[in-house]
Parts: sequence; structure tokens; C-alpha cells
Amino acid sequence: MSTATEAVPHGHRRAADPYRVGHGHGGGAHGFATGHGEGGPASKRVIVGYGFWIFLLTDVVMFSCFFAAHGVLQNETAGGPSGPELFNLTHVAIETGCLLLSSFVCGLSFVATEARSMLWTQIFLLVTGLLGAAFLALEAQEFAGMVAAGAGPQRSAFLSSFFAVVGLHGCHVTAGLLWLGTMMAQLWVKGFRPNVLHRLLCFNLFWHALDIIWVALFTIVYLVGAGR
Amino acid sequence: MNDQYRENDEYDPNSGDVAPGVVDVADRSIREGVEGYLIGFGLAVLLTVGSFLVAGTHAIWEPGIPVALVVLAIAQIGIHLVFFLHITTAPDNTNNALALAFGVLIVVLVVGGSIWIMSNLNSNLMPMMPVTPAQS
Repeated sequence: MSTATEAVPHGHRRAADPYRVGHGHGGGAHGFATGHGEGGPASKRVIVGYGFWIFLLTDVVMFSCFFAAHGVLQNETAGGPSGPELFNLTHVAIETGCLLLSSFVCGLSFVATEARSMLWTQIFLLVTGLLGAAFLALEAQEFAGMVAAGAGPQRSAFLSSFFAVVGLHGCHVTAGLLWLGTMMAQLWVKGFRPNVLHRLLCFNLFWHALDIIWVALFTIVYLVGAGR
Repeated sequence: MNDQYRENDEYDPNSGDVAPGVVDVADRSIREGVEGYLIGFGLAVLLTVGSFLVAGTHAIWEPGIPVALVVLAIAQIGIHLVFFLHITTAPDNTNNALALAFGVLIVVLVVGGSIWIMSNLNSNLMPMMPVTPAQS
């Protein structure tokens, strides 16, 4: 059944035809899973990654509800301080830099994982975590300053929605940092086992998704909000 | 990529799909992997710096600034999806891209619909505003 595909080295075949131009809908007849109901279920890595991707998209949908609330309420300051008075864009730029760099280093850790380099994977994961912690510290400092200046979440509907959407992202980053620490420990103790690798893939997806949400957040909440 | 990688269930050359976040090229070297992330990072930095410059500039017609910011953000999200999450339009990514498309549809409906309806209500209620404080 699979003699035709076995004859050619897999890596070579895939590299020569990355878009599978030569494989039409009847690919299942050659004995490999297409994920379209032919040839049996996909590998566990694909299933785990796809399931986590679905979860991330539902997470994004949840964030969109918070964004919608903020979009509706951003002018309801109830006589309190508004966006341009509160936001320090330099501060936001440093936060953005920390998170973007963190996401990049997380990607490097994934390359190191693919190369099965324990040392570099751990180093890059550590740097990812430190940058994430720096981001969180800056955000906590910003929140504390606003609350101390009487611009806490109870001051106005605008500030309630602001603390809700930015705080929700901060909670995700906190959860991500806990996950990161757990992954570093698991990797250290268990090595590059398949289940650990699945979790590392999911963590990578999670961390990159958090950065995507931050892109929407700093644009809509801070940059557009500061111009009002 | 060593042989250990192919022996366990991590890499399945016979599968027609790839997981999100994974590049479906069996022989991708470390250098190519790092290059991909470097390009993505460089573009993301450029777009981020562009966003902050646009927000602070007076060179652009003022009501156009939010539009420019949203366009830059969407571009940067695209960069992140392609270079960091490795979502492509290749056939082995169909499931990932379709799930993303559905997510985007829901996000657009929720955000766009909420803002549209609430601004409509706001503008309909506008004549009431001056009356309320005077009565109390």
C-alpha cells in the first residue's frame, strides 16, 4: 500500500512539494492521513496543537467582549480623568518592547527545542519569563499609580472597562509565567518527552497569542485612547 | 533535525495537516528557524514604532490617526500570525486558517455590533441629556 511513498525519503518528498500540488483529494489512497476524513486520525501533536488553537480563539473571543465594553464606555468618564490625562505613552512603549521581545525569545526557545538543545531552550525560556515579569511589574506600577491618584476602577465606567481589559491581559500573562516555570521544571526533570513537547508547543502558542492581544490592546486602549 | 525527532510521534511525515505554531518543513535548519523569527521580530518592531510615531505626530490629518493606527495594528497582527504562529494558506493549514477565520468573524460581530448599536442608542438619547440635570 505504501510502497510508492516509502520509496522516496519523506523529508525530501515534502521539501520538493510543500504545497502538495501532486496530491489531490484522493490522497488517502496512498495510505497517509490527510485530516479530511481519509487515512485515519492525525498525529497527536497535530490534534493537541489544533485543540489548543481552538481554545486560544475562544480566549480571543472573550477578549473581544472586553474590548467591545471598553469601546462603548471609553468616553463615559463621569467627570473623572480621561485617557489623555492618564496614559504615559513612554511607559506603554517600554511595556510593549518587553512583551514583543519576550515573544521573539519564546520563538527562539522553540527553535532550540526543535534542535533538542536543553541548555538553550532553558536559557531562552528563562529570558522569556524575565521579560514577561518585567512587563507585569511595569503594568502593576502603572495600576498602582493610577489608583493612588484617585483613578481606580470604581471612579468611572471608562476606568472600570480600562482596568477590566488591561487587567484581564495581565492575568493571562501571570498565568503564562506560572505555566512557563512549570514547563522549565518539567523539561529539566523529564527531558524532551513527547507529552512535554506537546505542552511546550501549547505554551508557545499561548505566549504568542498574548502578544497579539497586546498589539490590539496598546493600539485601541492606549494610542487611540490617548488621542481623544 | 535528528532521527529521534522522527521516531516518536512528534513528527508525522504522512499526516496531511500541521499543528499551529509548527513549520511543516522537515529539513528546516536552526538558521532558517531563527531567520524566520528575526524577520517577524524586525517587521513587528517597525510597525510598533510606526504606531507610536503616528499616535504622536501632527503630520497626519487628526481624524485619520485612529484609522492609521488600526491599519498598523492589523498589519502587525498579521505579521505575528505568519512569522510567530506560522499560520499559512497552504493546504496543510486549512483547518487552522478556517478556525482563525471563524474567530475573526465572531470578534468583528461582537466588537463592531456592540459599538454600532451603542453609538446608535447614544445618539438617539442625545436630546435627553440636557433635560436630566435640570429636572433634578
